[in-house]
Amino acid sequence: MALIRVTSPHVHKANRTADVMRLVLLATLPGIAALSFFFGWGTLVQLLWASLLAVGMEAALIKLRRRPVLFYLRDYSAVVTAVLLALAIPPFAPWWLTLVGVFVAIVIAKHLYGGLGQNPFNPAMVAYALLLVSFPVEMTRWAAPTVLLENGTLGLGDTLALIFAGLDPALVDSVTGATPLDALKHRGGLTTEEAWHSIDVLANGVGAWHAVSAGFFMGGVFLLYRKVFTWHIPVSMLATLAVLSTLFFGFAPDQYADPFFHLTVGGTMLGAFFIATDPVTAATSNRGKLYYGAGIGLLIFIIRSWGSYPDAVAFAVLLMNLAAPFIDLYSQPRTYGHAHAKRGLKEDS
Amino acid sequence: MATDYRKITFDGLWNNNPALVQLLGLCPLLAVTGSVVNAIGLGAASTLVLVGSNLTVSAFRKFVPSSVRLPIFVMIIASFVTCIELLMQAFTYDLYLILGIFIPLIVTNCAIMGRADAFACKNPVGASLLDGLMMGAGFTAVLVILGAMREALGSGTLFADMQLLFGPAAESWKLVLVGDYSGFLFAILPPGAFVGMGLLIAVKNIIDDRLEERRKAQQPKPEAGSKRVRVTG
Repeated sequence: MALIRVTSPHVHKANRTADVMRLVLLATLPGIAALSFFFGWGTLVQLLWASLLAVGMEAALIKLRRRPVLFYLRDYSAVVTAVLLALAIPPFAPWWLTLVGVFVAIVIAKHLYGGLGQNPFNPAMVAYALLLVSFPVEMTRWAAPTVLLENGTLGLGDTLALIFAGLDPALVDSVTGATPLDALKHRGGLTTEEAWHSIDVLANGVGAWHAVSAGFFMGGVFLLYRKVFTWHIPVSMLATLAVLSTLFFGFAPDQYADPFFHLTVGGTMLGAFFIATDPVTAATSNRGKLYYGAGIGLLIFIIRSWGSYPDAVAFAVLLMNLAAPFIDLYSQPRTYGHAHAKRGLKEDS
Repeated sequence: MATDYRKITFDGLWNNNPALVQLLGLCPLLAVTGSVVNAIGLGAASTLVLVGSNLTVSAFRKFVPSSVRLPIFVMIIASFVTCIELLMQAFTYDLYLILGIFIPLIVTNCAIMGRADAFACKNPVGASLLDGLMMGAGFTAVLVILGAMREALGSGTLFADMQLLFGPAAESWKLVLVGDYSGFLFAILPPGAFVGMGLLIAVKNIIDDRLEERRKAQQPKPEAGSKRVRVTG
């Protein structure tokens, strides 16, 4: 028997950008399915519309920058950005909202900084934050989980009309409503316990958000299994959020939401597995990733509990994006066989 | 010392533009450029102060001991700002209310202090006057362009409320670009000013690069103007 002698490198296939991006897209499917099931056709329409826009703008920008268009388009990064943005904005958001968002994500947050790999901020989150600041009414009008609340679902045709042709306000009101986070934040003088019983979306509709979070969680675990990213960021982010909310809930259950609620509504799961793990904008070393994730969890809890916006994933991720280079400076791992690395800014540089 | 008036003009308007190159006076620049009328108001006020302070500093430059020159400059600038403030209260009271604290804050505008210290106290009166005028014009131009960008994007109008500055006849100058515009809040808020400013600087750098390429194709030419970059103020 002859053994084949192979010298290093033993890695057979490079983990190409396009493969990673395709895996990420694949992993969003359970979440997309849950969103579509509970909130109607809006999610799928937004996904398609955002992807179309993103690919178009990406192609135009690459052309403008005089680079090979097809080569860069094939890395799917524009589609991933578009999908993440489309998952974050309300399903029945008007078409121009998505247009503005994709423009900001692809043109301003990505290509003006030098394209994929050069952007200091997560493009989808920059776009989301800008939209939230600019169009608070449209952005906080999330779809109501009509399946659970039984006020009738919208067909595909009606959804298209609502998104592209604009609207009949009565129809908008019947299919949209506050998210659980929003409802809990603006519960007036009610205690958390009372809010759980008296607010419809909390009492009956919150299951939809649990299901969506479960979908994104499954996708995230799949990505972990395929080693698209390491466990550090999602685990430290979710753990920090869970520990903090347990502490506060333990001391003042009337004022604060319980940890399960924090982990399973809003953008927590999507953020933990799909947004915070963006390799371009996150911290690099494993220790750095732990700090980075913990920072996001901390900021999410702070902004959700005491800030003026109901959800906080976008702002938390952006703030930690800003801190990532700093974290990298102070968390350089020791090279094997060398003394401990001198951390922080080198004096001679 | 021979004075190159063309160079002074070109420096103020383009090469060493206080807003785009020196990045001075950013605080009012970013804060009040929500509309064209605010931009013109603040630009004009800053220009008047700049011209007055440059003129005075230059006229007294032989008598000012260099060890205490900065306090003296500040006093000169503050007197002019007070004049402008009183004038605005008298003639454009509504605009004065809108611009609010940013009128007194012209005293701390680094662009004005910078010109007094870097130019006026070393140059004759005529050159200093022109320098103040051109730096002010360059500053105002950037303010107005940024104001127009933000007003058009943010509220869908141009030249709204010009009657605050130019009297009742100017009320009809308002251009409604998009009827029934729901507003793009981001452009009105300070982050929009930062992004708009960044885009303007980028455009200027692109134009400079293109000019440089064209010049290189023809003949080598020495660098003009100082490239001081400060980000305070």
